[in-house]
Amino acid sequence: MIDDVIKSETGTYFPTREQYEELIGELKKSGYEYCSDLCAVDYLEHFDRALPEGAQAERFEVVVNLVSVKNRSRARVRVQVPEADPSVPTLFHHYPGTEAMEREAYDLMGIVFTGHPDMTRILMPEEWEGHPLRKDYSAERVPVQFKHSQSIR
Amino acid sequence: MADEENKQSEAEEEFSEETFEGPQEMSERSTTSLAEMTVEEGAVLRIAEGVVVDADDIDIEIAEDETMIINMGPQHPSTHGVLRLMMELQGETVLRTKPVIGYLHTGMEKTGEGLSYIQGSTNVTRMDYLSPLHNELVFSLATEDLLGIEIPERATWIRMLMAELNRISSHLMWMATNGMDLGSTSMMIFGFRDREMVLSFFEKVTGLRMNHNYIRPGGVAADLPDGWEDDVLAIAQTIPRRLDEYNDMLTGQPIFRERTEGVGILTQEQALALSATGPVLRSTGVAWDLRKHMPYLAYDQVEFDVVVGSVGDTFDRYAVRLAELRESVRIVTQILDKMPSGPYRVLDKKVTPPPRKRIDESMEALIHHFKLFTEGVKVPPGETYVAIESPRGELGCYMVSDGSSKPYRMHIRGPSFVNLQSLPVMMRGGLVADAVAIISSVDPVMGEVDR
Amino acid sequence: MGLEDLSHNFLTGNIENLVRWARRNSVWPATFGLACCAIEMMSAGAGDFDLARFGMEVFRASPRQADLMIVAGRVSQKMAPVLRQVYDQMMEPKWVISMGVCASTGGLFNNYAVVQGVDQIVPVDVYAPGCPPGPETLIHAILTLHEKIRTGAITRRKGEGEGIHLPQAGVPSREPATSGASLKIVGKK
Repeated sequence: MIDDVIKSETGTYFPTREQYEELIGELKKSGYEYCSDLCAVDYLEHFDRALPEGAQAERFEVVVNLVSVKNRSRARVRVQVPEADPSVPTLFHHYPGTEAMEREAYDLMGIVFTGHPDMTRILMPEEWEGHPLRKDYSAERVPVQFKHSQSIR
Repeated sequence: MADEENKQSEAEEEFSEETFEGPQEMSERSTTSLAEMTVEEGAVLRIAEGVVVDADDIDIEIAEDETMIINMGPQHPSTHGVLRLMMELQGETVLRTKPVIGYLHTGMEKTGEGLSYIQGSTNVTRMDYLSPLHNELVFSLATEDLLGIEIPERATWIRMLMAELNRISSHLMWMATNGMDLGSTSMMIFGFRDREMVLSFFEKVTGLRMNHNYIRPGGVAADLPDGWEDDVLAIAQTIPRRLDEYNDMLTGQPIFRERTEGVGILTQEQALALSATGPVLRSTGVAWDLRKHMPYLAYDQVEFDVVVGSVGDTFDRYAVRLAELRESVRIVTQILDKMPSGPYRVLDKKVTPPPRKRIDESMEALIHHFKLFTEGVKVPPGETYVAIESPRGELGCYMVSDGSSKPYRMHIRGPSFVNLQSLPVMMRGGLVADAVAIISSVDPVMGEVDR
Repeated sequence: MGLEDLSHNFLTGNIENLVRWARRNSVWPATFGLACCAIEMMSAGAGDFDLARFGMEVFRASPRQADLMIVAGRVSQKMAPVLRQVYDQMMEPKWVISMGVCASTGGLFNNYAVVQGVDQIVPVDVYAPGCPPGPETLIHAILTLHEKIRTGAITRRKGEGEGIHLPQAGVPSREPATSGASLKIVGKK
């Protein structure tokens, strides 16, 4: 299975969304004990970025970094996520430690992890609109949002 | 009159809703889905291949009507900042715990996209405010990796010296706050006293007690001041004596041991599955220290031991940190002997500004200086993930460059953010009074959790 | 009963001065540590800087027992309602020190997440500059507050004529408390 996945010269895996979860499962079996990092990148302006042959560039990318304690090595997986349907399968069942990381990616980048047990915002207030780390979200300040601004005096 | 009362009760109700965070909070057990239970019980960890466990299998017997959800934080003296925990209690036993975070979310990753690589370390240094130099270090290493430059030997060793001293100050701070949480006020005063010694050295070198912006892409901001050896030697000689004091005060003390031994146990499998790193992982017996096992800087040229625990309880996490302090002192002593001479930053005019003196003499230097601070360094396109061992665990930086002078995406993998996930597992089945000890033993720094 | 029964000497003075003196010497801060500044606030309370010299060392965990809120660190959008709630729970008279640039103006973080100045939420008495302010700066800020208490009126309540206009009860408002007109509403779609 691992051999079917497109691999760059530096050893990064570029699975399709269908291959993604299975690939992570295979990698876990081959000795990558823990998932050190999971984050999302918004390539709004860079559809022409350097990707290995065969990989189709999409707007979002989910980047997973795995670590093997036994072999002292790292592996990186980059999966392309289209803007029209920003969702990928969750890794929670392989690495429970990705729970908070996936929630963070959902909160800040708006990528939905299907099958995640608790897909809620983690850093922003619950009723916040938009996903701040997207490139089309302005960085500038917003007024204080009181939910039901009341003062007891 | 009745209307008025009505109005007031409505107002009060709305007032309490102000700080309500909806589904981010813990839901009632009657409405909890099976999937959510697996998170909060940590049930997934105990079975292979992540098969979802049946809620009936969970070994604590729960009477539906006798549990109570209590809220702790975000403004609570022992949550180390603005951590908020929701705990479901049965009597005094904690059944479920859910951390609600984000109360210190600063949008640093977004801000980082608007700052050039030279300005960037000013931003990242404010993430983990107890070990600011490690944040600067990981940012600088990632930038240098993308630039493909080698930094001079002296810069490497200065970075190492500062990073280890920062580890000492961070662990001392942990000793202080942990002591305070467990009721040892003297430990609090002692820890802060000894930390001041390291901080005054930092102030001498960098100009600031915290948030130094000292380690920058291309080297360090300034050379060490004259006489730095004496200060470092004084620290290296004093700290071990003080550690003996702590040892006498806490390690053998019955109250301290009662409150920490066997409390909040985490197993190796759980720690790895939850991606816990640093002292939390090492306390369970996994010898995994990036300094040793994936060396960066010049850690392969100094001698030190990786300290591991055996049980994975709160006491082990304390003992690991106490021993790590000694190892850090050992490294610092070796750095004193081995500090090479030479430039303290890359002499490439495109990366680091020219010395102040050259600007007065040379037009070219002035232009370089101007270009560097207005335009910044152009970094070739690419992506990289660099990780170092911060006092709390694996501190990673995933950086994407698109060829401009600002990072296109800068993501920091904060060790406290990930370690915090192990709290529900550690707390489960314990007493509510132990919650404080367990939170403290994970050493979360909220600035890094929320970024 | 007259004063003639007293066998020892006494001094007379304004009740105002007595109240000011008493208030000034027992300002108890609430522990409202948020970020980096909280560490410096703790340093100020520890051995080397010793805030106890000013009758200030009793950091109260409960806002109802505290007179002073030291907003130590950046206030995020999520924290803002909590901060306001803690402030409302404090008893009069109460004072606020905005510690550090993040609390005072948003500082380095001019972005979506951080409240650009805590004075949008609560009235601030003293601003301590610095990022983070050293313990000396915090002590100076506290002494400045002492001076303010010593010379200020004792009956004036917060929120009157301070430029903080809280929305009327029953009218939910999404506007910031101050300078609403000059704020650009961007980022929020």
